[in-house]
Amino acid sequence: MNKFSWYEAKSVEDAIEQANSTVSEEIYTPTGKASIYKSGGIDVWDMVKEGLIAPQMIVNVRNIKGLDKMSFDPDSGLSIGANVTLTEIEQSPEVSEHYTALQQAVAHAATPQLRNMSTLAGNLAQRTRCWYFRSADHPCMRKGGDRCYARSQQTGQNENHAILDNGSCVSLHASSVATALLAYEASIVYLDAKGESHEVPIEDFFVSPSQDIWRENILSPGDLITEIKVPTPSSGTRSHYVKQVARESYDWSLADVAVVAKMNGNKCEKITIALGAAAPTPVRAYRAEEALINQVINKESAKLAGETAMASARPLTMNGYKVPLFLTTISQALLEIA
Amino acid sequence: MEKRKEIFPLGIPGHNLGEIEREIDNTEPPAWPINEELKEVGKRINRIDARAKVTGQAKYTSDMQLPGMLYAKFLRANVPHATIRSIDTSKAENLPGVHAVHIVRNTSEEGEASETFPGVKYVGQPLAGVAADTLDIAKEAVSLIEVNYDEKSFVIDLEDAMQPDAPLVFDAPMGAQVDGGDVGVVHEGDKGEGNLRGPSTSSFYGGPRGDVEQGFAEADVIVEQTYRTQVHTHMPLETHGVVIDWTSDEMLVYASTQNTANVRNELADYFDLPKSKVRVICDFMGGGFGAKHSAGSFGPMAATLSKKTGRPVWLMIDRKEEHLAEGNRPNSIQTLKIGARNDGTLTAIDQKSYGTAGVGLGAGVGRVAQVLYECPNFRTEQYDVLTHAGPGAAWRAPGNVQGAFGVEQAIDELAEKLSMDPLALRDKIDKSEVRRVERMRGAERFGWSQRKKAGSSQGTIKKGMGMAQSCWPRFVTLNSSVEVRVLNDGSVEIRSSVQDIGTGTKTVLAQVVAEELGLKTTDITVRIGDTLFPDGPGSGGSVVTGSITPPARNAAYEVKMKLFEQLAAKWETESGKLVARDGQILHIEDASKKIAFKEALRGMRTGQITATASRTNDYGGFQQPWGLAYGDLGSVQFAEVSVNTDTGFVKVDRIVAAHSCGRPLNIGQLESQINGGVIQGVSYALYENRVMDSSTGHFMNANAHQYKVPYSMEIPEIEIEIVEEYTASSSTDAYGIGEPANIATAVAIANAVYNAIGVRIYEIPITPARILKALNKVYE
Repeated sequence: MNKFSWYEAKSVEDAIEQANSTVSEEIYTPTGKASIYKSGGIDVWDMVKEGLIAPQMIVNVRNIKGLDKMSFDPDSGLSIGANVTLTEIEQSPEVSEHYTALQQAVAHAATPQLRNMSTLAGNLAQRTRCWYFRSADHPCMRKGGDRCYARSQQTGQNENHAILDNGSCVSLHASSVATALLAYEASIVYLDAKGESHEVPIEDFFVSPSQDIWRENILSPGDLITEIKVPTPSSGTRSHYVKQVARESYDWSLADVAVVAKMNGNKCEKITIALGAAAPTPVRAYRAEEALINQVINKESAKLAGETAMASARPLTMNGYKVPLFLTTISQALLEIA
Repeated sequence: MEKRKEIFPLGIPGHNLGEIEREIDNTEPPAWPINEELKEVGKRINRIDARAKVTGQAKYTSDMQLPGMLYAKFLRANVPHATIRSIDTSKAENLPGVHAVHIVRNTSEEGEASETFPGVKYVGQPLAGVAADTLDIAKEAVSLIEVNYDEKSFVIDLEDAMQPDAPLVFDAPMGAQVDGGDVGVVHEGDKGEGNLRGPSTSSFYGGPRGDVEQGFAEADVIVEQTYRTQVHTHMPLETHGVVIDWTSDEMLVYASTQNTANVRNELADYFDLPKSKVRVICDFMGGGFGAKHSAGSFGPMAATLSKKTGRPVWLMIDRKEEHLAEGNRPNSIQTLKIGARNDGTLTAIDQKSYGTAGVGLGAGVGRVAQVLYECPNFRTEQYDVLTHAGPGAAWRAPGNVQGAFGVEQAIDELAEKLSMDPLALRDKIDKSEVRRVERMRGAERFGWSQRKKAGSSQGTIKKGMGMAQSCWPRFVTLNSSVEVRVLNDGSVEIRSSVQDIGTGTKTVLAQVVAEELGLKTTDITVRIGDTLFPDGPGSGGSVVTGSITPPARNAAYEVKMKLFEQLAAKWETESGKLVARDGQILHIEDASKKIAFKEALRGMRTGQITATASRTNDYGGFQQPWGLAYGDLGSVQFAEVSVNTDTGFVKVDRIVAAHSCGRPLNIGQLESQINGGVIQGVSYALYENRVMDSSTGHFMNANAHQYKVPYSMEIPEIEIEIVEEYTASSSTDAYGIGEPANIATAVAIANAVYNAIGVRIYEIPITPARILKALNKVYE
């Protein structure tokens, strides 16, 4: 770990003035003069300790007043401040009441200790856990190199990696909370370096490596997430989240699925299906959603939805098992809301 | 020496308990009855250091803070195979706060330092060390050292390394190595071609037997299969390391070690010092599992940096370094062919195995196949394959855990072919009486009779039951000594260099001495893990309890007899009429002659009575004079699993572990050790796996989150059945349990998985990918 200075930001304006880089920017084009935000710090410290970034200044946004509020209003929906911890979301009665899948996703993230420290904004902005990306000894495409080690036919250790959208970098996004937020069609509110506020759908917040190899989200230097908004589900909405992990106690997802559906009787009027650990970003299974509209959700339709979602899957050398794993997980999540 | 005859308990209470008369030396104490009749031994006694551990008062090596202490860090190779042209340390040396930099260089055969650098043979090989005011400065200095490599081609994968054109790991013979990772096997380092070494065809139980071809000709049924196991690294909570203060008077070493005496010997040898000038201390130990017997490379490095700076040096390695360079259980590809007659009698066992311990040797897997079952015809060929990866080390039952994974699946398969129950087949072919009892009691407790036909479980989540068994040699370290002294205020102290690896050695020593002196375990002070005291055994091979508790009892007995003599003179009686019981010394015929133990000490001429005893030979002799005892340490484990046939996840629901270790000394500690062994077995069966990238030679999951060990949710219900077995072998008749606890678990799980889904998995870890592939659910 390199030496760095510490800046304790008092306000968002104060923070924006100090930050001049992002983790992604610094990995791709190190300046040696980066000042970078830290919220919960879970991922930033790992990046520093792994020698992937060497910021000169850490701008601590964790104690900025006002970013740690969470509120629910039936008209405007759920507002989660950037610094709200995963534990606070997990334990919120409003989240439990109105956002079942979100509560389930948060409760299955990491460990209780990590959830106590992790903030939602930090969780969404964390970098991939691909072991090649995390190794300073492997200059992969994401870090300015010319190859994806994991995709190698002969030597790629890709048992955990992407089965969808894996034509470029095959890493997975690390946040499983994002899967649930995508299913709820949440949006991210952030301030840019000039202090202007923007609101983007979460789907547009994440960036696929096929669009831009060096970033995983749209944030540019100075951009600071302030709030995550989740619309109020309309009445009759049911949701569910399922995460498949090698180790239940503490693990990253091998396949996770969130479904949010508005039911009319036993028929599905509107549905979103989000897949985590399938692609380098959390992705919607649009075709599967379409196939379910105005359908009764039962074993047959759930199975068909899974097959539709996996139709474009292109497994790598070691992760073919993730296709049947997703088929099962999608069915399981759908049948829970049937 | 004068001898006398004693009657000892013999056999298994509740099964075949009897007696045996043995002639023993007069210096040996009287025979103990079975545990039921003892007060301190064989009970659930709390660990005497439990409070210190749970309150954080216990000081581990990394906690040591000495005045003026510096922190050291290794520079390690980040390429797998190279010649080093140069190493430039100037920037590191000029960094403020750096006190010394030391580069690892070759030594000549005469031991003279040379200017050349050792060849790099794996990622993580130590190249240099830095000592600085803080660990952060040391790390920064390490990053400033520039190494100019001449990189060479390398080979990581076991099967690639066996190809004739594979890059060579060693281009010169390595010489024979005894006790590489696999205890008791001679590794033929100078035999073999390319990266292949061996074959090893024998162990301390001998070599091949009979005529294997003839045996297969006589067989009615043959099972032939290939089994694969993964590389499994050591992951003790406390990593390897030392704190060394080398002054002009002596070298003081705090070490996280399984063997204080060996660390002292290695450092004395390395630096040409008298053993009396090196003192090694290990008060508390955060786990070792076989990899912590040596001073390693960190010992000489810390000592050299301490000498260069004249200050104490702290050198604990981190988790990544631990994974890369401080040991692993080698992988294996084993082909096993077993023949049997229709009645189950084995006619032949033929085994061939390949495994890689990286740049080390010790990948043999043969002993289970050689000794677990009676079979007249046996042959084994075990090859070590060298690869450019970190060296293997002994890992809880070295060789046996891999070997059992093959043998016990093959026996399970054989039972099915013979339409026999797996337990019935083992009753036929296993001569061990204690395992017979373990099978009976274990099966009863487990509910084995509920087991269904393989693959008959209905639904998505299929339940299965399986079992497997193991053996481990009973051996002892004859160079095991302990001093017991009684001070004139009645306090009692035990002293030995033997360390408590965490299993409770301190407590069992106190129990044994307390029993002998008629005191409570808590009355005894235990000072061990310090080479100032008599040499104790290393904490490996499950030898500690069998090696050190008999001399502890014998020394206590000698001290007691000296005390009795003084007291008898005062009371004008014979010392043979006195007994120590319930904190008192009593005359067995005269009720008026009675004194509290503490009071009896007060009138002594000297401030203490002391005796030092060493391990004597087993009462019935040894199989081999160096300390290989008769019998073995057997276990039978039963596993119940749930397999989700849609997702491929396996959950171990329950393990019943039936074990024996002679006379059990502390039930709670035994259970704790068996729990640990079972958990590591679950981990080996389902989770742990070293992931190497063969294009770069790097270990990709060298951390504590992607290298998966089980946490609370992954732990099954564990039920333990301890079978007391008396063999009249020594004054305590006790043995260890460390190794046996870990051998049978993984293969019992594999057999249970087969029972659940009706398809065998021949390779661990049993991941969702392997289950779904076996069930033909993966689209290629």
